[in-house]
Amino acid sequence: MSSDELNGLYQQLILDHAKSPHGRVTLEHPTGSSHQLNPTCGDEITLSIQVDADTVAHVGWEGHGCTISQSSASLLSTLIEGREVDDTRLLLEEFRTAMRSRGAIELDEERFEDAIALNGVSRYVARVKCAMLAWVALEHALDGK
Amino acid sequence: MTSTTPTAHTLTPAEIETIRGDFPILGVEVNGHPLVYLDSGATSQKPVAVLDAERNFTVRRNSAVHRGAHTLAAEATEEFEDARETVARFVGADADEIVWTSNATEGLNLLAYALSNASFSPDFASLKLSVGDEIVVTEQEHHANLIPWQQLALRTGATLRFIPVDDDGRLRLDLLDEIVTERARVVAVTHVSNVLGTINPVADIVARAHQVGAIVVLDACQSAPHLPLDLHALDVDFAVFSGHKMLAPTGIGGFYGRRALLNALPPFLTGGSMITTVTMEAAQFLPAPQRFEAGTQRVAQSIALAAAADYLSAIGMDRVAAHGSHVSRRLLDGLATIDGIRVLGAQGERVGLASFDVAGIHAHDVGQFLDDRGIAVRVGHHCAQPLHRRLGLTATTRASGSIYTTDDEIDLFLQAVSDVRGFFGVTS
Repeated sequence: MSSDELNGLYQQLILDHAKSPHGRVTLEHPTGSSHQLNPTCGDEITLSIQVDADTVAHVGWEGHGCTISQSSASLLSTLIEGREVDDTRLLLEEFRTAMRSRGAIELDEERFEDAIALNGVSRYVARVKCAMLAWVALEHALDGK
Repeated sequence: MTSTTPTAHTLTPAEIETIRGDFPILGVEVNGHPLVYLDSGATSQKPVAVLDAERNFTVRRNSAVHRGAHTLAAEATEEFEDARETVARFVGADADEIVWTSNATEGLNLLAYALSNASFSPDFASLKLSVGDEIVVTEQEHHANLIPWQQLALRTGATLRFIPVDDDGRLRLDLLDEIVTERARVVAVTHVSNVLGTINPVADIVARAHQVGAIVVLDACQSAPHLPLDLHALDVDFAVFSGHKMLAPTGIGGFYGRRALLNALPPFLTGGSMITTVTMEAAQFLPAPQRFEAGTQRVAQSIALAAAADYLSAIGMDRVAAHGSHVSRRLLDGLATIDGIRVLGAQGERVGLASFDVAGIHAHDVGQFLDDRGIAVRVGHHCAQPLHRRLGLTATTRASGSIYTTDDEIDLFLQAVSDVRGFFGVTS
């Protein structure tokens, strides 16, 4: 009954991450943190990172929201932990570019691993903000805003 | 008056089919399904008669109103003022009590800023707000009927108070006398909650407000499209409504003011068309409604709003209300049979809308699932964050009907809602 597109948006991996999210922890020694709110739906996230030397050693977040925003935060955590700051920034830009492409650009599987499950989001313009929420928080946390 | 006339018959399926034929957009497909439009509370669809009224004016008579002596200008002015007359009659007011605005939000800001201007001028002592005065709203309000009052309180030093709601979202009228006191100067309340769909007991609030000498401001956005509206009979002092929610285009709305009060109010926007004598030092203002209509107005849109009022009147607002009541019942009865659904608001008199929470599933995901079947609903806080917070929710899904809503559409919607938890693997 549901279309292939809808199933593409809500892949099993996304539903699983939304139900049992990774990185939903409080960091003891965060070096940066950011709170982001989507005013249209009230989704919120507070994401903290701990940068050791040039590496994002830990990611922790808390918040509430839709399946897409929650799974995106979860997938972000698994992907970013242990990654160099410079590469994290590159990844963030690649993610943003793909999400804003209206389905034209897909996430690179080698770079994004499980997070390519979010590929379907970019066709749904109204949901791009949901997927971006945690990533915008990450960007601000990196910038120390 | 404002309640549904019990003798009015709901629209028949054949009548609804005829009505649907007047709305071209209802024939479109969305995601491979015929559109099921259940977002009329956010904005209604527009019938051909309204689209034609707007276009015909622009094509045949477009010219500036209230200025110029040529034929088109005279015809345009006449049509513009006829439209005001039509819309005034539709809401139970006189023509000179209706000011055109772009929407209800602008109307409420117009009033809040006019009161603000009155508060800082020695010429308007009777309307002055200052420290010690109180502005009262309710916990049900749309942000448009809350934030302008918060800001007015900030500017003038007045205190903002509110009538809370109970666990079902009903206004706590048992607290009315305690909250609306001799200090109250303005009481702003919604006629019908845009989240709950429940019709508020405006008469009780008006009686108390007038007893203590406060003016009453009515947000009629969700009542004007769905209920017979008689502002004179309701005895409110000011009221606002948006055209786009009542079959008219975007960019046009109405602001009602009781004649004496409207003419006692200083202007908000100033400029051309609202003056009598202007010198380099000062200006004299026209009486209402022109006093509040500075600059070139939305002429074609005003005429289209009158066409929308005519379209609704031809059906009969008592029958429109009976249909809304039918839509509401079918929505509520259907949702009550689905596991994990919490419908917001009390039973009782409602317009045809229902907001609900689906246990374990975010409203955006519910909306996305419905959209996949061509069903358009609103998701989020519906511009009423405080009400959602009070009811323990962040976001809900809202289905809202109109005169073109069929039983089959409601059933498709209900079927989709009953499938949503299975899709997301949520069971309880």
